Amino acid sequence: MSSVATNLSASRLLAVALPIVVILLALPQFIGIYQTELLTYGLTFAIAALGFNLLLGYTGLLSFGHSAYFGMGAYTVAFIGRDLNIHSMELCILGGLFSTFLISALFGYVCVRHTRIFFGILTLALSQVLWSLAFKFFWVTGGTDGIRVARNSITLLGGLIDFKGSGSYQRFVYSYYYYVLALFVIATVVMWVIAHSPFGKALQAIRDNETRARFVGIRVRRYRWFAFVISGLFTGLAGILWVPLNGLTTPDILYWPFSGEIIFMTVLGGFRTFTGPIVGAIAFNYLKVYAVASSQYWQLVLGGVLMALVILLPTGIVGTLPRLFGKLRRS
Amino acid sequence: MDILVIQLLNSIFYAAVLFLIAAGLSLIYGVMRIVNLAHGSFYAVGAYVSAWAVGSVFGAAATGSWQLAGQLLLLPIGAIAVAALGALIEPTLLRPLYNRPEEYILLITFGMLMVLEDGMKLLFGGTPLSAGTIMDAMGSFHIGGLLYPAYNLVVIGVGVLAVIGLWWFIYRTRFGVILRATSQDRRMASALGLNVGSVYVKAFAIGCFMAGLGGAVVVPAQAAVLGMGIDALVLAFVVTVIGGLGSLEGALIGALIVSFVRTAGIQFFAEIELAVLYLIAAAVLIVRPTGLFGKG
Amino acid sequence: MALLQTIDLTRHFGETKAVNGVSLSIEEREFVSLVGPNGAGKTSLINVISAHLQSQSGQILFQGRDITHLAETERVKAGIARSFQLVNVFDDLSAFDNVALAIFAREGKTAHLNRLAHLDTAVTREADTVLEQFGLAALRDERSRDLSQGERKLLDVALAYALKPKLLFLDEPTSGVSTRNKGQIMDTIASVVRSDGITAVIVEHDMDVVFKYSDRIVVMAQGSIFAQGTPDEIRHNDEVAMVLMGTSGPDAFTTKG
Repeated sequence: MSSVATNLSASRLLAVALPIVVILLALPQFIGIYQTELLTYGLTFAIAALGFNLLLGYTGLLSFGHSAYFGMGAYTVAFIGRDLNIHSMELCILGGLFSTFLISALFGYVCVRHTRIFFGILTLALSQVLWSLAFKFFWVTGGTDGIRVARNSITLLGGLIDFKGSGSYQRFVYSYYYYVLALFVIATVVMWVIAHSPFGKALQAIRDNETRARFVGIRVRRYRWFAFVISGLFTGLAGILWVPLNGLTTPDILYWPFSGEIIFMTVLGGFRTFTGPIVGAIAFNYLKVYAVASSQYWQLVLGGVLMALVILLPTGIVGTLPRLFGKLRRS
Repeated sequence: MDILVIQLLNSIFYAAVLFLIAAGLSLIYGVMRIVNLAHGSFYAVGAYVSAWAVGSVFGAAATGSWQLAGQLLLLPIGAIAVAALGALIEPTLLRPLYNRPEEYILLITFGMLMVLEDGMKLLFGGTPLSAGTIMDAMGSFHIGGLLYPAYNLVVIGVGVLAVIGLWWFIYRTRFGVILRATSQDRRMASALGLNVGSVYVKAFAIGCFMAGLGGAVVVPAQAAVLGMGIDALVLAFVVTVIGGLGSLEGALIGALIVSFVRTAGIQFFAEIELAVLYLIAAAVLIVRPTGLFGKG
Repeated sequence: MALLQTIDLTRHFGETKAVNGVSLSIEEREFVSLVGPNGAGKTSLINVISAHLQSQSGQILFQGRDITHLAETERVKAGIARSFQLVNVFDDLSAFDNVALAIFAREGKTAHLNRLAHLDTAVTREADTVLEQFGLAALRDERSRDLSQGERKLLDVALAYALKPKLLFLDEPTSGVSTRNKGQIMDTIASVVRSDGITAVIVEHDMDVVFKYSDRIVVMAQGSIFAQGTPDEIRHNDEVAMVLMGTSGPDAFTTKG
């Protein structure tokens, strides 16, 4: 993505992607139930980061409020389950995407009218409005207690797979892993096409030189809005998939530090590459689990690492790897 | 009637604090064209350090006018600490990024925000820290049939002094001219022999000092709590959105508007007062994208 | 009917009259040079015509149509393209991607997010052709940020050209480029423009270039049109010589050294 010609031949891409997919398919056999569940979380965050990076890496817009779309997706699923008594995952996905679409279209419309600084501020402010609403209207949202989404009520594939009865936890973890994996692969492919489409090129042009983009006839504000909505939808999908896994949704996922986590994982992986956010999200997921376990002040750690990354390793893991390999090969 | 006067005073009190924070943010943006996302956290650090210092040195039982004078003198220490922090941060963390796309500055100041917020939790713990002894010692006076804390007038006074002082500093002193020149055209200023690096670190430190001072003066009236930095950040941004980034008058008008709306809002729509502020900010941005007085 | 007509076009900046009641006609297929001392308003005029700046009074007619209030994206769609004095290209995209993007935009394909860009052979072939025409084919995969100043300037022009405009404004296309390359660049631009029948207006300081390529020269000073005419007429116009070169007489326009 970073400008120079990428060898986009189908065979080369498959040569890289296929082994990874095969590994991901086979992993649950080897890593056990806890790790499988953990990896599922990682995959949902990867979808969120992919969506986020369409805005940051490709369009040059840094949003501090993506927790809003993740949370919107999650809460919608919770509402659908609790108030409409619908537990089909497919219907929950549709419903969640719809509400996320509404919110990201609205917020996006307000935010893309502005320069990058005010853009960031507005995204933060709007996400905090949502957060405060989740708190204040506690009789609807469950306040700080949140809303439960019981795993054994969920059904997959239009009711073909349910999780009632004995052994349901085991079955849930494994089935849900493959469900999320499938959606992750689909989401990645879709995002890959978008990023490498003429639309994706137009976004990069807007990122690189907004004036010139206008002077080749691109309506910058409109394209930014499209990117914003698509980005919100991906992050919303992540929230939708996350909530049955977590079993619970609370205002925490609407609170600004969660937006910070999304930013962090993207920067960690490298926001100027396509795969960076995926790698960053999965790596971050493990980092968080082990860091939280060892320290109360992990936000401090996170912030410190973020600062170090920005100064020392701005291209992130995926961005730095080619240089590292280059050095190793030469020595 | 008395209630109206009290509400008015409260609004001005709040506006004074908001002005300090927003003016600092605007100054930094005006001179350096960067936005410091950790600015609200600096405000919080100022509050915590001041409260802690006053509490440690004078303790909870401080009474008497000498004690009061001492506490008042010690109070600005939070602002000084924050200014020192800013002077350290600018050359080490910010300067390497000036030539990179502006996302980098936003990212790193966001990292600072996270470090500071948790750092305050680490250093000062979860319980609110207050310098309430000052407020108690200064007592209250009557407005009609109601009592109003005398300390709040001190804060209003500080706010007024800050407005005058800043205006004088920027428009009447030599360094103010240098600041304005650098903000207009950095390369030109450098070509004219001005040490832009030195101007930047000073401007940044002054901006941080203002935020810290806001925290320092507010903490006798309102205890320092975790999360106050984020609230302050968002409010400061609403102020600068309304008044415009980079403008002193904008910070003042914005602070007054936000403060009055908030006070009125709390009376009538306590639930959605924050939402009303955001709506006003959004509305202003739609009509005048750079704010009422903003530089582009 | 003239391709472009401005009627009393005005744009002030406070006291400064950057564009002061300019009435200009450009005929189809003309190669016009816009010259004048610094601050004459040449770039401002282009900025106003291309909608980079809003005019304050006056009209702009393009192919008889009033475009005075159209946004820049719409003027582009109408057929007006421009390059910039301070190079404006897409820095992190390759030279190829830059040109391809312009073509995608022209064809209205930038809204397509379900197709892969590099599979559109019509566009990719055209982009490669344009790069060749401008002598940039070897730099196809280089990031435009890494190109030399002259190459970036050519790319800027190539971007404007790739839009297949009817009217092309080039703002100092050879400034900042070494003298050796200037001729090459101008030759390239002139041949491409002429062979496609594009009407071109070029802001230029180098009078040798101006005299060599122009059908007509428009001289601006202090925001207004000072004089216009064929190269011969302008060459023998003493007043113009004073304004532009500071001297008059038969050798006024000869470059020294």
